[in-house]
Amino acid sequence: MKALMFGWEFPPHILGGLGTASYGLTRGMAQQEDMHITFVIPKPWGDEDQSFLRIIGANSVPIVWKDNNYEYVRQRMEGKMSPEEYYHLRDGIRYDYTRIGTDDLGCVGFSGRYPDNLIEEIGNYEAVASVLAHSLDFDIIHSHDWLTYPAGVFAKHISGKPLVIHVHATDFDRSRGNVNPTVFSIEKRGMEEADHIMCVSNLTRNTVIEKYGINPAKVSTVHNAVEPLAHPEEFVKHPRKDKIVTFLGRITMQKGPEFFVEAAARVLAKTKGVRFVMAGSGDKMNEMIDLAAKRGIADRFHFPGFMRGKQVQEMLAESDVYIMPSVSEPFGISPLEAMQVGCPSIISHQSGCAEILTHAIKTDYWDIDAMADAIYSIVKYPAMYKSLSELGREEVNNIKWYDAGLKVRAIYDKVIYNR
Amino acid sequence: MKNISLVFQFHAPYRLKRYRFFEIGQDHYYYDDMQNEESISWLVEKSYMPLCQTLKEMIQFSHSKFHCGISLSGIMLDMFQQYAPEMIDILKELADSKCVEFLATPFAYSLAAEYNKNEFEDQVRHQAAQIEELFGQKPTTIWNTELLYSDEIGDRLLKMGFKAVMTEGAKQILSWKSPNYVYNTAVSPKMKLLLRNSALSDELAFHFSDYNWKNYPIDAEKYAAQLAGMPEQEQIANIWLGAETFGIRQSADTGIFGFLKALPFYVLEKELNFLTPQEAAKKLTAADTIPIPYPITWTGEAKDLAAYNGNDLQQEAIQKLYAVAERVRMCQDKRLKNDWLLLQDVNHLRYMSHTDSYGSNFESPYDAFTNYMNVLSDFLLLVDEQYPTTIENEELNELLTTINNQEKEIASLEDEIQKLKKRKKE
Repeated sequence: MKALMFGWEFPPHILGGLGTASYGLTRGMAQQEDMHITFVIPKPWGDEDQSFLRIIGANSVPIVWKDNNYEYVRQRMEGKMSPEEYYHLRDGIRYDYTRIGTDDLGCVGFSGRYPDNLIEEIGNYEAVASVLAHSLDFDIIHSHDWLTYPAGVFAKHISGKPLVIHVHATDFDRSRGNVNPTVFSIEKRGMEEADHIMCVSNLTRNTVIEKYGINPAKVSTVHNAVEPLAHPEEFVKHPRKDKIVTFLGRITMQKGPEFFVEAAARVLAKTKGVRFVMAGSGDKMNEMIDLAAKRGIADRFHFPGFMRGKQVQEMLAESDVYIMPSVSEPFGISPLEAMQVGCPSIISHQSGCAEILTHAIKTDYWDIDAMADAIYSIVKYPAMYKSLSELGREEVNNIKWYDAGLKVRAIYDKVIYNR
Repeated sequence: MKNISLVFQFHAPYRLKRYRFFEIGQDHYYYDDMQNEESISWLVEKSYMPLCQTLKEMIQFSHSKFHCGISLSGIMLDMFQQYAPEMIDILKELADSKCVEFLATPFAYSLAAEYNKNEFEDQVRHQAAQIEELFGQKPTTIWNTELLYSDEIGDRLLKMGFKAVMTEGAKQILSWKSPNYVYNTAVSPKMKLLLRNSALSDELAFHFSDYNWKNYPIDAEKYAAQLAGMPEQEQIANIWLGAETFGIRQSADTGIFGFLKALPFYVLEKELNFLTPQEAAKKLTAADTIPIPYPITWTGEAKDLAAYNGNDLQQEAIQKLYAVAERVRMCQDKRLKNDWLLLQDVNHLRYMSHTDSYGSNFESPYDAFTNYMNVLSDFLLLVDEQYPTTIENEELNELLTTINNQEKEIASLEDEIQKLKKRKKE
């Protein structure tokens, strides 16, 4: 089984959960012996782990035919692609993309982020997909999130191979209902063209069915999992006087940061000896700093800024509570990461991961009282912390990407069989 | 098989209201009155009342040959008095028939037997007094909370004067033996051991309307024939059920009440007798002695305490609760004492079970624990106001022992005075 996947992020250079999920899923799928994955991303950095799949950078796929000699290509493509591969891909050019500004190799540059000209990048990515669809050999196309749906759809039309799309989020989640019509139409077209749709939670599945009007029969749920830690013993909790309650993520409307501040104020009104941390950055950060000051808890409410890599796990391991009061979270992998290092998690019912977690506290995102109550309980009653920490860790260690990979494989098989 | 003993057990907890941590120290009322009233009315209407009426009819139609036992917790009786006094009336009628034995049961349906023996004794006496006052019977047989029993508990029960104790016919104590005999407790041959036949009981509780059950459909004639067909030498089948089996676990439209009503006819036709637990303990000779070194209950597959004290949450709650037992026993505040009892209800603990939180109205065991601990925190503050925790338990214990001893001494001295007075008269 050869899968051609279109993605936007891949570790270690990631901006959000999409990259983590792409990595985990492909790694889990690669454990199936006959699974060969080619993963396309806009702009690889060269330090991606390619031990279990092949990564193609869209920015090194020629989309305009340029005559270059072997030696020149070898020099320019060093570390990215062999000249043979370049020529092979160049043979796949069937359309005239000279309107797109390319370099002397016929390749187009990508930011690999979420820039202002995102729609233009999506279009260029689609052009790259056409070249790949003409030159590569694959059985199925798999697109991760809306940015890559047009590429997947185009590749499907060219190759006649089935397309599955993976919905990691929808615009309804990102915007609390105020959808961007352009994004919505790209998403809807991708969903309609897809032979099957995989969603990261039932919550997302319902959004796809209800808001995009998709036939439920072709929409499945494949819950995310979490990569096991290589050295869990590295992360230890140091004894300290104050308990720490942590929020970690983009400080945006979607993540419900204001509910965390309000819950913190409730807790601090009753008890001292607890500190609150809002790690991350985002457009709501200043508003949250103001709010914490207004509630008079600024001395116990901290904003350490953006954290990455190991810092994240260290912060989580030192915390007594991790909280994710997201207003709408398609899945939300961070509570699972917290539980991996033994940190009890409080999550909103409006988070996809709530569907698969038993040993986490679930409240509605707006229910500040329930959230504050849960925080208080975990920091005050030792058995609460102990149970959530121990049983939660055990639970999360049994949620494996391999199993998610098997579900994806079953969907591949079904889609190909039905064709 | 010659005898059959039916027992019906009644208990429902005072459910706690949603109690957030910021109410600790502010709000000292813990119960969800509306929910409690609603749930009791529902229980009475769907199950308890039709059950008692059926029992009354069974006694009438069998010309008082139908006998049975009833276990009522003190909390249950209080609830009936508060929300459904008609239940007290019908129970009195049953008592007047002389065909029903009212069993001793700890007032608060608590695990005090396991965690605080003095408290256990108090609760049993408290409930026994209630029973005597309401129904004019003095219980001599005990149905401990969820049939909890171990020889250690037996020791205490013997001292309290019980003649028979009821518990589960659990595999770990029976091994190859049959539950269908009366046994002696390992504590003393003076105290009999009655064992529930879980297969026959569960057949009604869980399989009565189960289409896939091997004996489906179960009717009274078939059930009586099954009992009569059991080995000749076996003495008694103890079929003990939670009252809510009738009308709730098995709803009325399954025909469970009709089944019950018809049962005496077929059972008597097969020349089997109905016995109350007390009658069984008196009439039947013990076949053997069964030691029960570890506590057993009638709950779950394992028939142990795991559903109540098996996880860290439950352990912490129990430990915090019973740590103040001595202090509460010393205090005179009626409301505090009542809260103390209601908070011991075993159901609060069961709601915290990860594996078996039967009947829980909470979203998760964690939710149940948090709510309970918040309530308990407030309660502990109130206890602390009366008896500061700065006084060590040991110190308190000493004081208590002194007081207890004094009481006993006074009692014995009074006895002596009485005797001397008598002698003087003579």
